[in-house]
Amino acid sequence: MTTLDSGVDSLADVTSSEDRLRRFLLGLPGVDQVGAEARAATLSTRSIKTTAKQYALDLAIQMIDLTTLEGQDTPGKVRALCAKAKRPDPADPTAPQVAAVCVYPDLVATAKRELQGTGINVASVATAFPSGRSSLAIKIQDTKDAVASGADEVDMVIDRGAFLSGRYAMVFDEIAAIREAAGDAHLKVILETGELVTYDNVRRASWLAMLAGADFIKTSTGKVSPAATLPVTLVMLEAVRDYHEATGLHIGVKPAGGIRTAKDAIKYLVTVNETAGPDWLDPELFRFGASSLLNDLLMQRTKLATGHYPGPDYFTLD
Amino acid sequence: MPTDTQRLEVRKTYKLYIGGAFPRSESGRSYVVNNAKGKFLANASQASRKDARDAVVAARKAFGGWHERTAYNRGQVLYRIAEVMEGRHQQFSLEVSQSEGLSISKARAVVDASIDRWVWYAGWADKLAQVVGSSNPVAGPYFDFSLPEATGVVAVLAPQDSSLLGLTSVIAPAIVSGNTVVAVSSFERPLPAVTLGEVMATSDVPGGVVNLLTGSASEIGPWLASHDDVNAIDLCGITSDDEARDLEIAAAGNLKRVRRPAEEDWSADQGLSRLTQYLELKTVWHPIGV
Repeated sequence: MTTLDSGVDSLADVTSSEDRLRRFLLGLPGVDQVGAEARAATLSTRSIKTTAKQYALDLAIQMIDLTTLEGQDTPGKVRALCAKAKRPDPADPTAPQVAAVCVYPDLVATAKRELQGTGINVASVATAFPSGRSSLAIKIQDTKDAVASGADEVDMVIDRGAFLSGRYAMVFDEIAAIREAAGDAHLKVILETGELVTYDNVRRASWLAMLAGADFIKTSTGKVSPAATLPVTLVMLEAVRDYHEATGLHIGVKPAGGIRTAKDAIKYLVTVNETAGPDWLDPELFRFGASSLLNDLLMQRTKLATGHYPGPDYFTLD
Repeated sequence: MPTDTQRLEVRKTYKLYIGGAFPRSESGRSYVVNNAKGKFLANASQASRKDARDAVVAARKAFGGWHERTAYNRGQVLYRIAEVMEGRHQQFSLEVSQSEGLSISKARAVVDASIDRWVWYAGWADKLAQVVGSSNPVAGPYFDFSLPEATGVVAVLAPQDSSLLGLTSVIAPAIVSGNTVVAVSSFERPLPAVTLGEVMATSDVPGGVVNLLTGSASEIGPWLASHDDVNAIDLCGITSDDEARDLEIAAAGNLKRVRRPAEEDWSADQGLSRLTQYLELKTVWHPIGV
C-alpha cells in the first residue's frame, strides 16, 4: 500500500511549486485514527521473551541517543553522560555502547572531546530549540555553530506555527536551508507531534520533512506533553515505509520523550519491525531519544544475566 | 410481576493491593480459597513474581515520602488504620472465623487484638528514637548521637496460621519506623489480608507503603529474597527449614536484614524486636565549643 496520490508523476514535481506541494500534502490519504491506535495497541501485546528479549534489549541500548537538554546542564554533567554512553554498565563490559549523546549546541565541544575515537556520535539540537521561534538567519547560524563545534548530527525543530497555518512552503524552505547549513551532518527533523494535534498533520509533516531532505524524522522535543506515543510513531513509520517504496531511500525515525521502560522500548521495536520492516531495526535508521530508559534496559539486561531482580541503586544516576 | 424472585448474590472478586491500586495478578491466575472446613469460600488472585516486582517498585517509590514524614504523623496514620478497622470489625470477624475455623466470639477477640496492636505500634512512632537512639559520650569536643532510621523496603512473608493478628504483627512494626512493605499473605487464609488492603486504601496510608500479595510464599519468596532493591526480609511465613535456609542464602546477595522463622505467640506482648529489626543507626558527630 502506498499513500502516494496516483495523479503525482514523480516526487520531484510536487516540490516544484508551493501550490503543488500543498496539493500533494493535502491529498495524502487521511489516517484512520481508531485504526492506528488499535494497531499500536495490538502490537503492544506481543510477548518478547528469552533470547529475543536479550537481542531486543541490546539493540535498544545501541539505538539510544543519550540526551540531556536542561537549562542546568554543565560541562561536568555532559562529561558524566559521555562516560555513561561509552560504558553504560560498569559492572558488565558486554553491555553495548549507545548510538549518540544529544546536547545543546554550546556543550557539543565538551561532548566531542569526551567521545573522541569511540564511534559514538554527538548530536546537537539547533534552530532555536525547543520552540523554533526565531528568524531563519539565527536558526542557520545556530546550526552552523553546532556543526563547527563538531556535531555529527543536528536535531532541528520545524516551525509549527507556519505548518499549522498552512504555510507548508515556508516550512519546506526552512528545512532545506538548514539541510544545507548542516553540511555533512545527519539531519533529524523534529515534528513536535504533540503540537500538531492530528495524525493527518503528523503524516503531512513527515512527508514534508522527508521531501525537504531530512535524514531522520523525530517525534518530539521532549518539552511538550504528549511527547512520543506509539500510534504517532506508527504513522511516521508508515510514512518512511511509503517514502522508501516511492524513492528507494531509507529515512530514519526517532521517537523521543516519555519512553522510560524497557517494556515500552520493546513495544516500539515490535512496531518498527511490523510497520517499516526489519531494515529499520538498525541504529542508523531508528533511535530512541531518552535518558532514564537506559537504566531500565540495563536493569532488565542484568535480570536476564543474573536471574534475580537488580535495584536502581546499582546503576549510575543520569 | 413474579413475586418470589430471589436476590442474586454479589460475588466479590478478590484482588491484590499494589501501589494503592487493586490490580488482578499480572499472570491472570487465581486460586480457590476454602474455609477451615474445606468448603469453597472465594477465589483469590494468585500473585506471580512480576506482581512482586511491581510491588517492590511501588514500595520503593513510596519510601521517600513515607520515611520523611514526621514520626508523629506516621503514628497518626497508623492510629487511623486502627480506626478504620474498627468500622469493619464485623467483616474481619467473619473472615477470621471462616478462615481459621474459630467461633465468631473468638474471632472477634482476635480482631480486637489486631486493632489494639495497630494502636500499640502507633504509639511507638514518636518514642522509638528516644528508646533506641542515644547520645554517646566521646573523648573530644563533639556532641555525638545515634538515631534510628528506616532501612527501606521490607519484604514480609506473613504467617500462614494467623491470618489477621499475625499479619498485623509483622506489617505494623515495619512501617511505623518509615519502612515500606511488600507482604505475601497466608496462602490458605488470604481474605483478612485482602480486607486489610481495603482498609489501607481508605485510611491515609499513602499508596505503595503497604503492598499486599495473595499467593504462595514459596513461589514469590525467592524472588523477593534475591531482589537487590529489597533491604530486609521477614521469613516468618516459611514453614520448611530447608526453604528458609535457601532464602537466607539468596538474601545474602545484597546483605539484606533477615528475620528467621521462629515459633511465635501472636497473642502475647510483642516487645521491640520486630520494630528494631528494620532500623539502621545513624551516628552524627557534631562539633561543639568552637
